[in-house]
Formats: sequence, C-alpha cells, structure tokens
Amino acid sequence: MKRDKNRWNKRTKVLILTVMLTVVLLFIYMIGLLIPGEAAGTDLRHAGQAPSWAHLFGTDNLGRDLLMRSLKGLSVSMTVGIAASCISAVIAILVGIAAAIGSRHVDGVVNWIIDLMMGIPHTVLIILISFSLGRGLRGVLAGIAATHWTSLARLIRGEVLQLRSQHYIAVSRRLGKTSGWIMIHHMLPHLAPQFTVGLILMFPHAILHEASISFLGYGLPPEQPAIGIILAESMRYLSAGMWWMAVLPGLMLVVIVLMIDRMGENLRKVIDPCSAQE
Amino acid sequence: MRLETKKLSFRYHTRREWVLKDLDFSVEKGECIGLSAPSGSGKSTLALLLAGYLKPVRGEIQIDGKPLPQGGICPVQLIYQHPEQAVDPRWRLRKVLEESGQIREDILDSLGIERAWMDRFPRELSGGELQRFCVARALMSGADFLVCDEISTMLDVITQAQIWSVVCAEAQKRDMGIVVITHNQCLAKRLCSRIYELPSYGGNYLQTGTNI
Repeated sequence: MKRDKNRWNKRTKVLILTVMLTVVLLFIYMIGLLIPGEAAGTDLRHAGQAPSWAHLFGTDNLGRDLLMRSLKGLSVSMTVGIAASCISAVIAILVGIAAAIGSRHVDGVVNWIIDLMMGIPHTVLIILISFSLGRGLRGVLAGIAATHWTSLARLIRGEVLQLRSQHYIAVSRRLGKTSGWIMIHHMLPHLAPQFTVGLILMFPHAILHEASISFLGYGLPPEQPAIGIILAESMRYLSAGMWWMAVLPGLMLVVIVLMIDRMGENLRKVIDPCSAQE
Repeated sequence: MRLETKKLSFRYHTRREWVLKDLDFSVEKGECIGLSAPSGSGKSTLALLLAGYLKPVRGEIQIDGKPLPQGGICPVQLIYQHPEQAVDPRWRLRKVLEESGQIREDILDSLGIERAWMDRFPRELSGGELQRFCVARALMSGADFLVCDEISTMLDVITQAQIWSVVCAEAQKRDMGIVVITHNQCLAKRLCSRIYELPSYGGNYLQTGTNI
C-alpha cells in the first residue's frame, strides 16, 4: 500500500498536472477556432434567454449562443495574448542581453527605459499605443508587446551579468571561443528555463490586458467576438437582469487565465532549482 | 620561448592598495618554477594575470617580447583552484573536454579518467575527478605554458602524485613551461627547479581592507 502511495513523487505529479492543463487549454483553443460562424449567429426568436440545456450560457440580446461566442472570443484573446507575449519575450531577451554585455551607457539607457515603462500603468500605456496605431488587432498587439517585456528583460540582464562573471566563461574565452559561441553554448542553456517560465507567466497578463483594452473600446473592433467585447456589450443589459451575459463569459476568462498561470508556476517548480524543494 | 612580466603592477580598484607592484618575473620554456608566498599576497592574482584573465594596470606581460594574443587559444593556460567553478554545470563532461579543441586518449588514460565519467554532469563527480578533467582540458589545448594555482590541494596524496606525474611527463615531452603555485613546500621542492618568493604587499592591502 505504502509503495503505491509513493509511486508518483512530487515532480511527476506536477508534470502530469502541467500536461493536463496544457491539453485542456489547447482543447478550448481548438474548439474556439473550429466553431463555424453560424453557431454563434443571430437568432432573434431566442434573444435574451437565461442559461438552459439548449444554451448552457444563455443567449444575448441578438439571440447569439453565449457559450459558442465565449469560446470563440477566448480563442481570439488567447491568440492575441500569446502572439503579443512571444514578441514581448523576444524583445526582453534581446534588450536584456544587450544591457548585460553592452557598455555602461547601453546598460544605463536600458535600465532607464525599463524604469520608465514600469512607472506608467500598463493599461494607460497600452491605450495610448493602441489608439495611436488606429486600434484594431495591430494596435492591441503592438501595445501589449511594447509594455510586457520589462520585468523579463531585467531578469535576463541579471542572469547574464551573473553568468559573465563565472570562471568557466573566462576559461572558454581563453580557449579561443568567440563571444557569439559562448553566448550560444554557455549562456542560452542557462537562460532557457527562466525565459520559458517568464514567457508562460506573461500569457495571462497579456490576455487580461487584451480583454480590458477591448472592453474599454480601444482594442479589437466590435464585430469581433473577443471576450472584452462580449463583456462590454453585456454591461448595457445588466440592469435588465441578464446577469449571465456578464458573469459566465467573465468567469470563463478568469478560469482560463488562472489555468495558464498555474501551468507557468508548475513549470517553474519543475525547471527552477531554487523552488525544487517546495 | 619565454613568458615574462615587466614592471607588472595590479590593483583591483583605483582606490585600493597595490596587490602586485613592479613585479619582474619570468619562466622559460621547459622550466618548472614554484611560486610561494603567504596567503593574500597576490599569488592567485598573478596566476590570473599571467593567463590573461585580468589585464595589468601597469607594466606588461609578454611572450617572446610580444604581448599575450587577444583572440584564439591562449598559449598560457590556467588550472584553477576550484574545478567545480571551472566547468559549465549544464554541460556533460565530454563537451567540457571537447572545448579544448581535441581529445587525446593517452592523456585521458594517464590521468585515470574513466570513459563512463564523460557522459555525466559535473555535479555527479567529486572534486578530484573534476580536477582531472580540468588538467586534461588544459593539457589538450596545446598550450606552451601552464599556470597551476593550487591544483592538487583538495586531492588525496596518491591522486596528487598521479596528476603531477602526468603534468610533468607531458611538460617534458612538449617542452612546456610550468608555474606551480602551492603552499606545500615539499611538493614545490620536488617539482620545481627554482622557487620564487613573491614580495609581499599583501599585509598592507589587508589592513586597508579591514578599515573599509
């Protein structure tokens, strides 16, 4: 009996949980992509219905099925969030490495920009960038990508600075290796775990920001079934008692974001030696 | 071929005392020189300077009258006191050895490096085993001079003897110059043709260090 209990250690459990979360998230994402447009089409005969077996999340004021619309919206939000995070992470690694191996001036300027970016509330900055680029998908992507790289860049800068002072890097240099070779073979393998975890923990932030910007009307256009748009529309009908229009899609967004966050945290536990004992 | 320092001075910070001041020191090819001085008097600093890890503040380090080359494999290789800091913890040891440019089976055999160790990570080996890899890496790089900074302090006596006999045999074969830094007087007398006493500025340095 005892052996059975200890068969899976903590690491295995965390790994299984992570894989399961990934599968569920991918599943939701794929469903959202595969739903045909008609599934969430208007049907005024069934407008404003409360949740039932036919429409699990109820229908909105135009009779569109809210479950379908939420799934589609989530997959749009996830696409935008993930794309923006990836761009942001690439910026972070380039800027972080440049700050660490560049001259003191480069380091100073980069740190100043990071402080500046961190000093301004993200939402305000994203609204400004998105608005100046004419809103829409391009505006939101640029806004999120331009604001989320700062903390990861700072992390990578510190990591590279620490690596640079290691004796084995100096040995490598005396063995005739070039800076580029050292960067690829010595440094990147050390940065990979931090980078991966940082990237995944950036997803929920980016998704939430996309939703909030679209909610405020500075993001995706109203005809797109983004989760922020759905929530914004629901506000007008809350007073009419249509609670399901806001609560259920909102709840779904929160659950998805929490799932991604948990996935990142678990991955950190597996990869990061500092938290291995937790 | 001759590795020499000319009026070499070094300090870690412009507001600190000199660690080394106007030092003239030289090793000929094929020669084995011991370096001894009390702790904190700059032996390891000199080792780092000779192998090009640090730049002199004043003075020069030359090989045959020319400064140390900047690119390519440095003709002066350092073997470090702490082998676990001198290998990348995320590399298998085969890759650590390959970094030197070539793998010579005869050196691996004579150092007693088992082939099974090559596929392990550094944390899976003991300090003594790792040090053999560091020695092997330095020897296989084809260097003309070797600076050994307390390389055998953490080893048992048999391993010490084994490593030093390999280093000396290889040095004789290739006519290498060796600088041996050690606190072990008997070892220094046994290995070296002459022993160089480092003039001490260390006491001075330590005193100001404690005031800060």
